[in-house]
Amino acid sequence: MSKKVTAAIVGPGNIGTDLMYKLLRSDVIEPRWMIGVDPASEGLKLAADKGLVSTHEGVDWLLKQDELPDLLFEATSAYVHKEYAPRYAEAGIRAIDLTPASVGPAVIPPVNGEEHVAAMNVNMITCGGQATIPMVAAVPRVTPVSYAEIVASVSSASAGPGTRANIDEFTRTTAAGVETIGGAERGKAIIILNPAEPPMIMRDTIFCAVDPDADTDAIAESIHAMERAVQEYVPGYRLLQEPQFDGPSDFTQGMRRVSIFVEVEGAGDYLPPYSGNLDIMTAAATQVGQHIARSILGQN
Amino acid sequence: MTTFADLNKLERTWSGTHGDEPFGKLDLRLTDTCLRDGSHHKRHQFTSQEVEDVVRALDESGIPIIEVTHGDGLGGSSFNYGFSRTPEQELIKIAAETAKRAKIAFLMLPGVGTKDDIRAAQDNGGQICRIATHCTEADVSIQHFGLARELGLETVGFLMMSHTQSPEVLAKQARIMVDAGCQCVYVVDSAGALIMEQTADRVSAVVAEIGGQADVGFHGHENLGLGVANTVAAARAGATQIDGSVRRFGAGAGNTPLEAFIGVCDKLGWTTGVDFLKIVDASEDVIKPVMPDECQLDRMTLMMGYAGVYSSFLKHAGNAAERYGVSGAQILLEAGNRKLIGGQEDQLIDIALMLKAKQDADAGANA
Repeated sequence: MSKKVTAAIVGPGNIGTDLMYKLLRSDVIEPRWMIGVDPASEGLKLAADKGLVSTHEGVDWLLKQDELPDLLFEATSAYVHKEYAPRYAEAGIRAIDLTPASVGPAVIPPVNGEEHVAAMNVNMITCGGQATIPMVAAVPRVTPVSYAEIVASVSSASAGPGTRANIDEFTRTTAAGVETIGGAERGKAIIILNPAEPPMIMRDTIFCAVDPDADTDAIAESIHAMERAVQEYVPGYRLLQEPQFDGPSDFTQGMRRVSIFVEVEGAGDYLPPYSGNLDIMTAAATQVGQHIARSILGQN
Repeated sequence: MTTFADLNKLERTWSGTHGDEPFGKLDLRLTDTCLRDGSHHKRHQFTSQEVEDVVRALDESGIPIIEVTHGDGLGGSSFNYGFSRTPEQELIKIAAETAKRAKIAFLMLPGVGTKDDIRAAQDNGGQICRIATHCTEADVSIQHFGLARELGLETVGFLMMSHTQSPEVLAKQARIMVDAGCQCVYVVDSAGALIMEQTADRVSAVVAEIGGQADVGFHGHENLGLGVANTVAAARAGATQIDGSVRRFGAGAGNTPLEAFIGVCDKLGWTTGVDFLKIVDASEDVIKPVMPDECQLDRMTLMMGYAGVYSSFLKHAGNAAERYGVSGAQILLEAGNRKLIGGQEDQLIDIALMLKAKQDADAGANA
């Protein structure tokens, strides 16, 4: 049997529970602890059923144990993560942060997934960022992008109270990721919560402004390559249409526009398939965790 | 039994709440939205001079509130919604400098704009912060109402696409906004799809929930030709703040024609503080020259009212139809089928491409 690193999941909610199912399939990570604060939590029960050590006594309990995890996945809130991040680092635990706390560097698996394998803390940006920034990044690797804009539409049912209370943080953090990791000079993010029943599958549109004589074939090829790269960890990630190219006009401030349309259908591990926005988050965190695990195991 | 006389005796519930009104006692407080919803019709190409001219004319007619922003609210200038020719903050500033009596309002949609945009709009002279959400998603506005009140702005909440939900749902969503600091909740008929009884039922339910704590407003569109009729129904049901656009200059088939509604108010004996003759002159002499063309009740806009489609999709559906050689009306019908909501303009391109693929496949099969 191959060697695995151990992991704790903090926060047995929707995200934490879905993440557990993904980590249970990993050949380099063994999820051993599920940490919560509510004894009635369904996620804790499910984790116990799967053989994880489940506790409602919180992270303080975990940090008192003789054996500590190698990795810790934070699926609580930005507030909680900011408070505990220094203590994880002191204890030598690598943290993968699924909250928008932005303590560590941001990571998008197919773009800079292996860049920060040595960091004590990495941040997963936002669900909208995970779904769109790979496609933003597909364009500047061919031609400079002066501006990129992403529009993320998610079902109301899949937008939790955290997103709702902090929608400004979502747009700001995502826009920053479009610039720093996507590689656009300027970034903008828009999020729409749609209450349609049955719930809509996550849809994202990525617009990039490029030079009027950029090589459109090369851009389209790069976009298709990026689709395949994301599909490696999110099989339900797909382009809805061929990339569209529109010439400069008065209404686009003279910019040439590349439009990319994607849909993100989740794997349905714990969350329903329409919530691709949550699935891509847990799938990306699993990817990043595995990169770190391999570096710890010396497999790189 | 309630009589017409009772119905027509409307209480001005906002008096005292919002400080000194230079307009005396009004039954209804009107907001003109030519320079915000009209931004859609203008494809966001307003110049500073046009804004100055329109504000001056509306202000001189006695319109108490003038809304100025990109059609999709603060931060709306984008590929998705269209870029502004003149930065909206510059337009807000010019409007605030031009208006002598009217207050300048601005719109923001959480998810599109941010709190920083609200601060900038206030710095530029905006006094009324209008925060719009889809009518089931009011909880995304809580942090923005909190900030607006902290900054001392007057606050208005917009429950968009109100035709899609029952009066009870709207009342609950209105409650969330009021608890967050909203001083007036609007029932917003974004698709111009409501008919009078439905309007009255929705307004009544919201009044029953928040009356006494906040005002209720109504924002209508003309896609089924019912802007004025719906607005009269809303006022009779207890709405005291009313939106419209002079000459319908707005989204879809346009907004409630404000000058017509003012004339109707005169006939009904409801005071609005606006001089009917002056506003009619303003419509003809100032607003008309600024409009690219009249807002019309035609195949596309009728389809919006009929299928319940967000009015500002009009120009975007038209562009996509032209770009891909498909029917604009079909795009709008499919937008209705998909239950798209305000903000999802990007999906209209996807729909056009889908229609084109279908059209090409059919042509191939027939060849």
